[in-house]
Amino acid sequence: MSAVLEKVRTQGNEARYGAIRIDDVVKIYDPEGAAVMAVDHCTLDIKAGEICMIVGPSGCGKTSLLNAIAGFHDITSGAIYMDGEMLCGPGKPKADPGADRIVVFQNGALFPWKTNLENVAFGPMMQGKLSKKEIIEKARSMMADAGLSGTEHNYPGEVSSGLRRRVEIVRALMNDPKVLLFDEPYRALDSLTRSVMHESLLDIYYKNKVTIFFITHDLEEAIFLGHKLVIMTTRPCRPKKVLEVDIPHPRDYSVLTSPRFRELLEETASVVHEEARKSFASGEKEG
Amino acid sequence: MNMKKIRRSLFSRTTLRAIVSITVFLILWEAGSRSKEWAGFTMPWIGLVPPPTSVLSVWWDLLGDTGYWQSWYLSLMRVLSGFVAAMVIGIPLGLLMAVSRTFNSITFPSFEILRPIPPLAWVPVAIIFWPTEELSIAFVTFLGAFFTVVINVLGGARSIDMRFYQSAQAMGSSQWDIFRRIVLPATVPSIVVGSSVGMGITWNVVVAAEMISGGGGGGGSGGGLGFFIWNSYVGGSYEQIVIGMISIGIAGYACSELLRGIGGFFTPWLRTR
Ligand SMILES: Nc1ncnc2c1ncn2[C@@H]1O[C@H](COP(=O)(O)OP(=O)(O)O)[C@@H](O)[C@H]1O
Ligand SMILES: [Mg+2]
Repeated sequence: MSAVLEKVRTQGNEARYGAIRIDDVVKIYDPEGAAVMAVDHCTLDIKAGEICMIVGPSGCGKTSLLNAIAGFHDITSGAIYMDGEMLCGPGKPKADPGADRIVVFQNGALFPWKTNLENVAFGPMMQGKLSKKEIIEKARSMMADAGLSGTEHNYPGEVSSGLRRRVEIVRALMNDPKVLLFDEPYRALDSLTRSVMHESLLDIYYKNKVTIFFITHDLEEAIFLGHKLVIMTTRPCRPKKVLEVDIPHPRDYSVLTSPRFRELLEETASVVHEEARKSFASGEKEG
Repeated sequence: MNMKKIRRSLFSRTTLRAIVSITVFLILWEAGSRSKEWAGFTMPWIGLVPPPTSVLSVWWDLLGDTGYWQSWYLSLMRVLSGFVAAMVIGIPLGLLMAVSRTFNSITFPSFEILRPIPPLAWVPVAIIFWPTEELSIAFVTFLGAFFTVVINVLGGARSIDMRFYQSAQAMGSSQWDIFRRIVLPATVPSIVVGSSVGMGITWNVVVAAEMISGGGGGGGSGGGLGFFIWNSYVGGSYEQIVIGMISIGIAGYACSELLRGIGGFFTPWLRTR
């Protein structure tokens, strides 16, 4: 791993694809009826290869934004671009889901009836660009890289929830995505497992340069992982504060006790807390 | 399984408890049946039932009787034909109702009106519908499992997590891939549940149908286990009534075990839980 870190240190972040531009996006559910506005004129630029952390109170519209990028839902107005190409916008309200943007879901969406290896091989099998033998080889080596050797023939239900998350990230990476979209993937994990997951995510990120759009409600997690930190308003969501986290990558857990980390935490905690309080007062529930 | 494992499961605490449970039950039954001999009065209910020892001795004689085995065979065939037909028609129908909104809205209302009708209420219609009594019984048996299978398949296929579709679609799956690799395997556990519940209903139905219809085409002492019980009642052999009942219990249990085995084979990912 240290060789990888050395390479990261010297060559920096080299991803060239996966820049996301969210341009004045509005999302209203059921516009004719209840008209729930989830996203309100949201504009955000994410550079290629950047880890962008989205923090906001429950039910503010984070998942709605992620669904729009992934192409699971349409948007009401505005546009979303990836590397300059329009994913959705005027005349095309819903983006097409694609292997270039893979979601890692909150409670995981590994197929329970497939073994870990079959799960990891699923994307390339569907896309049919490689032979079956090549796919299995690639899957095995990527699993080994992520410390998943020996769990290939287990079903997801047979391994710990931490390992499951890792399998899911590897499954996502097998598609050579430009963007990984994380929707609170570590929410259900205990804090020790979570800290292991953070380091393993960074490790995977350093080896596979992708853009990461990562939703969380955990501010420490957001500052620890992110290049960019976006604090959302309570529903309907819009960036309230955007902050570049100037702690250099590669990072490890010593960052958590560094003075700069503490400063950033103090700088943002009150903003997050204020939005959370508004959200609580309006009785917002998670979508 | 190696010998050690077999021995361990044979002498496990669960097995011992099962033996104790059955033994105690048999002793109480024997004592109750013979209450007149040792207590001087006939205990209510149980005092009228033949004791297990005389049931066993009648059973012993029956083991060589082809008519008895013919009853087994006939009931089993009726159960299996009705059950298999229910699976073969019910599973695709449930899946189709789950994946096609149009098809569902056309079929579901009629389905829901027919579903609550008890299978036995169909007996007269079945006799009119079908040329032979054998087919009538098989049809009523089929109905017993059919609705349960369809409802389970439909419910199972409907409750598949959206996220499975979304990630499969993002990874480039076609509609057919999604059906084959997501909908189908995700529905298998519900198919297994539906089939084991359906199998139970099939046994209920077949026995009652045989009693009503007088044993189907076989007639005489070869009309199925339901008819066997009825015939024994008419003939006044209480031992044979009990034997018929226990035979049905054993047959039903064996069918459930078989289904559990088959179900486990098709759902290997659920085995460890
Ligand atoms: N499919 C939907 N239909 C109607 N309202 C929805 C739907 N999905 C989410 N919402 C509403 O939109 C708001 C934002 O939800 P969501 O984006 O899931 O928030 P978050 O992920 O930040 O917790 C919530 O008020 C939720 O109730
Ligand atoms: Mg959410």
